[in-house]
Amino acid sequence: MSVLDSKIPEGPIAQKWTNHKNKINVVNPANKRLIDVIVVGTGLAGGSAAASLAELGYNVKALCFQDSPRRAHSIAAQGGINAAKNYQNDGDSTYRLFYDTVKGGDYRAREANVYRLAEVSANIIDQCVAQGVPFARDYGGLLDNRSFGGVLVSRTFYAKGQTGQQLLLGAYSAMNRQIGKGKIQMLNRHEMLDLVIVDGKARGIIARNLVTGELERHSAHAVVIASGGYGNVFFLSTNAMGSNVTAAWRIHRRGAYFANPCYTQIHPTCIPRSGDYQSKLTLMSESLRNDGRIWVPKKMEDVEAIRNKTKKPVDIPEEDRDYYLERRYPSFGNLVPRDVASRAAKERCDAGFGVNETGEAVYLDFSSAIMRYGHEKANILGEHDASIERVRALGEAVIEAKYGNLFQMYEKITDDNPYKTPMKIYPAVHYTMGGIWVDYNLMTTIEGCYAAGEANFSDHGANRLGASALMQGLADGYFVLPYTIGDYLAHDIRTGKISTDLPEFEAAEKEVRDRLEHFLNNKGTKSVDHFHKRLGKVMWDKVGMARNEQGLKEAIEEIRQIREEFYKDVFVPGTMNEFNPELEKATRVEDFLELGELFAIDALHRTESCGGHFREESQTEDGEALRDDKHFAYVAAWKWTGEPGKQELHKEELTFNDIELKQRSYK
Amino acid sequence: MKLTLKVWRQKSANDKGRLETYQLDNVSEHMSFLEMMDVLNEQLISEGQEPVAFDHDCREGICGMCSMHINGEPHGPDRGVTTCQLHMRKFKDGDTIYVEPFRAKGFPIIKDLVVDRSAFDRIQHAGGFVSVNTSGNTQDANAIPIPKDDADKAFDAATCIGCGACVAACKNASAMLFVSAKVSQFALLPQGKVEAKQRVLNMVEQMDKEGFGNCTNTGACEVECPKGISLENIARMNREFLKAACSAE
Repeated sequence: MSVLDSKIPEGPIAQKWTNHKNKINVVNPANKRLIDVIVVGTGLAGGSAAASLAELGYNVKALCFQDSPRRAHSIAAQGGINAAKNYQNDGDSTYRLFYDTVKGGDYRAREANVYRLAEVSANIIDQCVAQGVPFARDYGGLLDNRSFGGVLVSRTFYAKGQTGQQLLLGAYSAMNRQIGKGKIQMLNRHEMLDLVIVDGKARGIIARNLVTGELERHSAHAVVIASGGYGNVFFLSTNAMGSNVTAAWRIHRRGAYFANPCYTQIHPTCIPRSGDYQSKLTLMSESLRNDGRIWVPKKMEDVEAIRNKTKKPVDIPEEDRDYYLERRYPSFGNLVPRDVASRAAKERCDAGFGVNETGEAVYLDFSSAIMRYGHEKANILGEHDASIERVRALGEAVIEAKYGNLFQMYEKITDDNPYKTPMKIYPAVHYTMGGIWVDYNLMTTIEGCYAAGEANFSDHGANRLGASALMQGLADGYFVLPYTIGDYLAHDIRTGKISTDLPEFEAAEKEVRDRLEHFLNNKGTKSVDHFHKRLGKVMWDKVGMARNEQGLKEAIEEIRQIREEFYKDVFVPGTMNEFNPELEKATRVEDFLELGELFAIDALHRTESCGGHFREESQTEDGEALRDDKHFAYVAAWKWTGEPGKQELHKEELTFNDIELKQRSYK
Repeated sequence: MKLTLKVWRQKSANDKGRLETYQLDNVSEHMSFLEMMDVLNEQLISEGQEPVAFDHDCREGICGMCSMHINGEPHGPDRGVTTCQLHMRKFKDGDTIYVEPFRAKGFPIIKDLVVDRSAFDRIQHAGGFVSVNTSGNTQDANAIPIPKDDADKAFDAATCIGCGACVAACKNASAMLFVSAKVSQFALLPQGKVEAKQRVLNMVEQMDKEGFGNCTNTGACEVECPKGISLENIARMNREFLKAACSAE
């Protein structure tokens, strides 16, 4: 039944990408000047793609809804970026990074794509250093590394807790060079609201200028969607407030299959929620698990004492603490992958051991690391009989140098000093592995429409390893798309400029205008946020960290209900032709309300547990996720058929030739 | 907490603008300032009024999108934070809080508290980059060791989030701290040396064209900068500029 052709090149896995690059069509430099490409989104994937395509000579138009491309949400990535450089001589290799990523994704990713990702990872670091990205270095002046969850080597490059910022500013600087030359036309404060298809090919978009409110038509020979993930379907997530699914959802409605929507990463270390007014959740980098130990009290009376504030965490003696990750997973300990760590936290909190008022928090404790680093530093300084206080002070200084900005961020939000008392953390929605289905060339099921970065589904399977999102975004934008898009555009050198007067543009613009006017004329009684929060609550309660058949069926019903009410009763103030943030939110939430339903449908159909998708019906005796390779070793790609919730399932079977399918174990 | 808010309302760039007064009764001290603004907007929408437009996105102090002049200070009374990281526990029950947009010639107002900071982008277009194409064939990342101290200083300069608080804090509306952060990052690294002269000349020229004022060493920018970008960067940029100007062909 499948119509999906993944276009994986022939040959042994290590040669696929090289062979493919050698065989694909190339557009000559004079002809590149005749070709236009639109890039939607300017994060790591979109920014690096826009810059690289412009360097090659294409005329690029890039859009972002923020006031500058530098503000895309990649900027908030903290911990680092993986690359198989093996600078630490600890046995890392392209194969090992490939293996770790496929295993970490619980064997639900496409082997060939992941191998290519591992292969180009080393180039990314070289490229970024050449751009002047200030990665952390050691005293010899060479690049430093740290470890992340789910792997046994140190391959993560970082710039304190601001790695995403530094990498994005690198891509932004590459864009600036091309904007200055006029090769990129940058459209800030613009939002794509529809894709225009002419003769079966993506030929442009309808965008709204968010300052003037005008609708604009932009034509191109190819359109790249790099608009990020859809975690905000949960309302509360670590995503930025503006992060949305609209660009991806609108191409889905125009024919791009949406793959594995239920694969969502719930990140284990976020600051717990504190009240109903809360607008977003803040991540504390996974890098903290290098040095922080996660625990809850062993005894219920200690939990109660902490909740009613008669005891502090430092009062609980060592033997009464349950370092549950170290207990359950001795070989990976606190560095198990994110999905495993999140579920383990939920398990302890569900059992009643949560350490705050809501019962949804565990401790992340740095006291052991502070003392360990303190002793090390005292030895270096020759202070062999340093007092405990002195050792602690030295250790705190080391921790500050490593994670200073994260500790400061934590203190500002919670008013607690994490050097003196353990952090309180709880899992939160962070990243979406699912996304637009793409083939090996990153083309969607619409000809000439590509998806890159978090917006596509391709590389992380059912669970993403830490520090791999930055790697994938930049790999797609710098090193994959610039090659593969040429293969397609080589057939377009004689097409000439696409006119925006074509009836297809006319019709698409009218549809968008009607949608917007509907909202403005609706005159309901409730704000957009009201509906978004309700959707988020259903998603978190029933389509969150643990899912079951009954809950998912209820969720589908409830989401339909909320959507109906939304159309009847939403109130959007203001007018069309002005700066109108409520109108922006309305179209985004409209799309989240449709995606949410598909998300739950996908989760319902996949009766196995895998990676971030945990079905309560499918678990081992000790509560670990139980995969069903016989029935579910495929990518679920959903085709729009004209109505929300009525998508048709297509399967891309996954074959594993280079890695043996095994039950994942981190014990 | 009960608060009185005096918020700048301005329909568009051409509107005159004025302060409007709003009362909020139920503010939790754990809210961030922007969450308090969300509550205000929710209240305005429920009364059928237009909510206050303000820029915001990541809400964790890194994207640089949020702005706001709060009680006369960019990003408000706390130090080392953006508006989204400012919490209501910094205010007292019964306080009156003035909320205005960043004000500078180089940052024209779009609506209410939203300003146009694209001048910052144009300064970066003029030279905020190293001219290296994406190739995959650059030399190995460890081929040039960089002294840790230089790398750390370059990093500190590179943490600028481009929010514009420095401009808003400055009595001259000078953008020197912002421009010098980028100039310094590259001046401290070997990758940036090749184009150093042209970079500083071009970026400073564009900065002047955008209508930003000059630096008179008051230091308000450094105090208000949410990322603690140091004034030393301005000194470094001045040295770089002088070197470049003296040796220009």
